[in-house]
Amino acid sequence: MATGFHGVGAAVAALSSSPSNSFDSKKLLCSPRRSFPVRKGASFVADRSDGSVNLDLNPKARRAQQLIVNAVANKADSSPASSSSKPGHELLLFEALREGLEEEMDRDPRVCVMGEDVGHYGGSYKVTRGLAEKFGDLRVLDTPIAENSFTGMGIGAAMTGLRPVVEGMNMGFLLLAFNQISNNCGMLHYTSGGQFTIPIVIRGPGGVGRQLGAEHSQRLESYFQSIPGIQMVACSTPYNAKGLMKAAIRSENPVILFEHVLLYNLKERIPDEDYICNLEEAEMVRPGEHVTILTYSRMRYHVMQAAKTLVNKGYDPEVIDIRSLKPFDLHTIGNSVKKTHRVLIVEECMRTGGIGASLTAAITENFHDYLDTPIMCLSSQDVPTPYAGTLEEWTVVQPAQIVTAVEQLCK
Amino acid sequence: MASAFSAAKFSAQPFPLNHTSTTSHDSSIVFAKPTSLFLGSTRKLRLTSSSKFNLSRRSGTVDAVSDVVKQKKSKSSPSLLITKEEGLELYEDLVLGRAFEDMCAQMYYRGKMFGFVHLYNGQEAVSTGFIKLLKQQDSVVSTYRDHVHALSKGVPARAVMSELFGKTTGCCRGQGGSMHMFSREHNVLGGFAFIGEGIPIATGAAFTSKYKREVLKEADCDHVTLAFFGDGTCNNGQFFECLNMAALWKLPIVFVVENNLWAIGMSHLRATSDPQIYKKGPAFGMPGIHVDGMDVLKVREVAKEAIGRARRGEGPTLVECETYRFRGHSLADPDELRDPAEKAHYAARDPITALKKYLIENSLASEAELKTIEKKIDEVVEDAVEFADESPVPARSQLLENVFADPKGFGIGPDGRYRCEDPKFTEGTAHV
Repeated sequence: MATGFHGVGAAVAALSSSPSNSFDSKKLLCSPRRSFPVRKGASFVADRSDGSVNLDLNPKARRAQQLIVNAVANKADSSPASSSSKPGHELLLFEALREGLEEEMDRDPRVCVMGEDVGHYGGSYKVTRGLAEKFGDLRVLDTPIAENSFTGMGIGAAMTGLRPVVEGMNMGFLLLAFNQISNNCGMLHYTSGGQFTIPIVIRGPGGVGRQLGAEHSQRLESYFQSIPGIQMVACSTPYNAKGLMKAAIRSENPVILFEHVLLYNLKERIPDEDYICNLEEAEMVRPGEHVTILTYSRMRYHVMQAAKTLVNKGYDPEVIDIRSLKPFDLHTIGNSVKKTHRVLIVEECMRTGGIGASLTAAITENFHDYLDTPIMCLSSQDVPTPYAGTLEEWTVVQPAQIVTAVEQLCK
Repeated sequence: MASAFSAAKFSAQPFPLNHTSTTSHDSSIVFAKPTSLFLGSTRKLRLTSSSKFNLSRRSGTVDAVSDVVKQKKSKSSPSLLITKEEGLELYEDLVLGRAFEDMCAQMYYRGKMFGFVHLYNGQEAVSTGFIKLLKQQDSVVSTYRDHVHALSKGVPARAVMSELFGKTTGCCRGQGGSMHMFSREHNVLGGFAFIGEGIPIATGAAFTSKYKREVLKEADCDHVTLAFFGDGTCNNGQFFECLNMAALWKLPIVFVVENNLWAIGMSHLRATSDPQIYKKGPAFGMPGIHVDGMDVLKVREVAKEAIGRARRGEGPTLVECETYRFRGHSLADPDELRDPAEKAHYAARDPITALKKYLIENSLASEAELKTIEKKIDEVVEDAVEFADESPVPARSQLLENVFADPKGFGIGPDGRYRCEDPKFTEGTAHV
């Protein structure tokens, strides 16, 4: 396991061109939470946060926000107008996670947290800070370093009536819990003939950070994706972090919530009222015409950065944050493919067997006729993440590569 | 059987191989030495005559048990360990376990069930001794050798047999099979194929019990969980990790080791640096008890103590039951490695014969009454087979049910609807 975690300080916002660590949602292009009709020739600022309510919306964007076109309606999308009248509150992503967790713990006394250093330490990324003081040591349980066993303990507790949230200090540590996650978490509902439900949430930070070394930089979504019976979601903004956390806790299915080490300090303004983000839906970040770019988690920000460059070069990319890694939201994705006929997948998983590989297969299978050109998938190299900063940079996909890929696709 | 409850038995040698004991009443049997030259298997276990098993100061309660038992024996008091009713209940449960497993073997060789089937013959005293003391809300977690645990807990023989036949009326709708017996109603939490993976689940169930009492303020919640597993599991990390957590948080759980000396073909002595498993309890801060697992009354006495501890909130206990499986590891195991003399030794300690003798010698029951029970059980088992035979196999529509508790988890299809709303889905022909 990690020797020495520095908490929030270690998780630096990865946004390479940002002069400051936090950022505010500025002029919005569009709200990410609903699909939009096509907008022509908008001038915009491709922003790192696709945030919510903001009174600085330019008139075009604000008008666009009023239109809701969504085949699968859900609570989160139901009140754009009312949310624009409330100011909301600003916070960082890890605080949003905590807020969601705390609200659910207030709402349902069966929700509990287990993990290493979640209690007195407040969580290695401070997601559970203050919760042990508020809810007690049994409800926010500091476990010994025994991932397989405490994940199994969480599953046993879920089977017998509780709703645990198990934290992996780093997602990579959950490799030790693979036995329990695959055999029990995923399969137990089925092998028991539906008798036992496992409403567990397994969450933690993963992904490639800042020179954390190979073992702390793993992308476990690619290893877990074959496990039947689980759902996987990846959050990328404070808004969807809180929404997905709450939805995952309320879900009767076992859900694995992937956070990213470098995104914990993103700042955004989120609504005051209660909301959730649908676990099975993707998020439209930026509607466009020329190419569909599918991404999730940290790569969303590399994509949006590349989108800035692309727009200056005259391209109009449609960016979708798939959010639901298992199952894929083939409706949102499909509609986009049918519109643009070109797909670029940008992911942090390794080339072999990653989420991108599955997504490529799924799109090819379902939307082959709509594609003008083969799907392009940009993934990390099949390499253990090196420690050296330069090497690490070359293992993950960088905005320049995304720009080149789009240019190639749109030739 | 009358000499059964001697204090010496509690300190008794768990491993008759390679060891002649002066304290054991069956010391006349000498065992052939294993031919392997490997150090582990030829090592002699030396136990001194004053050997009480190693208990830390924290295991005070265990001494109390042996004292009680010693008292009972030395006074040769007329008070017996069980009443007639209890005796008959125990006998019936033992016979049910044996008859059911024998029927399983028959059905397997007739092609009614497939895959890996692990039978419990010989170990019935452990299941009966422990589980018959539980309430309905207490939980039991087992391994792949779980048929009899489920039966003892109250799962109907029909449901278990149907499950083995893969029929939709099985306790898990035919989806689990021999190694995955679950029952929500009777709180049987499985049935696990990989050894050790049930122990954290049991720890979680015990955690829920403590949580209900302390966080949800259900003051009368004193549900206990029993985790059954074998000697092979005691070398697995999950075992040790859970011993630690259970003792740390004083969870209401009893870890029951069914030490039958063999993990498929691996002798416990060849696999374990210190084969005395009960000693591992005190290392984690809980009492470790060794008991003769072929004697249902002894097991029951120890179980009472251990379960009582857990109910009172005093924490977990590790109980090592010396037992033996009369058949191979599974119905696919040719069982060639085990010494016939060893098998004969344990066959002579058959728990059913032993209890029968005890009941008759102590005038708790007559031969006729016991025969009636045996006949009744035969009928129950026959009925279970008939029921299973006549039950339907699962329909195709069952394929995709129960994968998710909330089938929205299959996601949104290209047409915008949730996949589970697709009619093909309920027919079981959709691809997900």
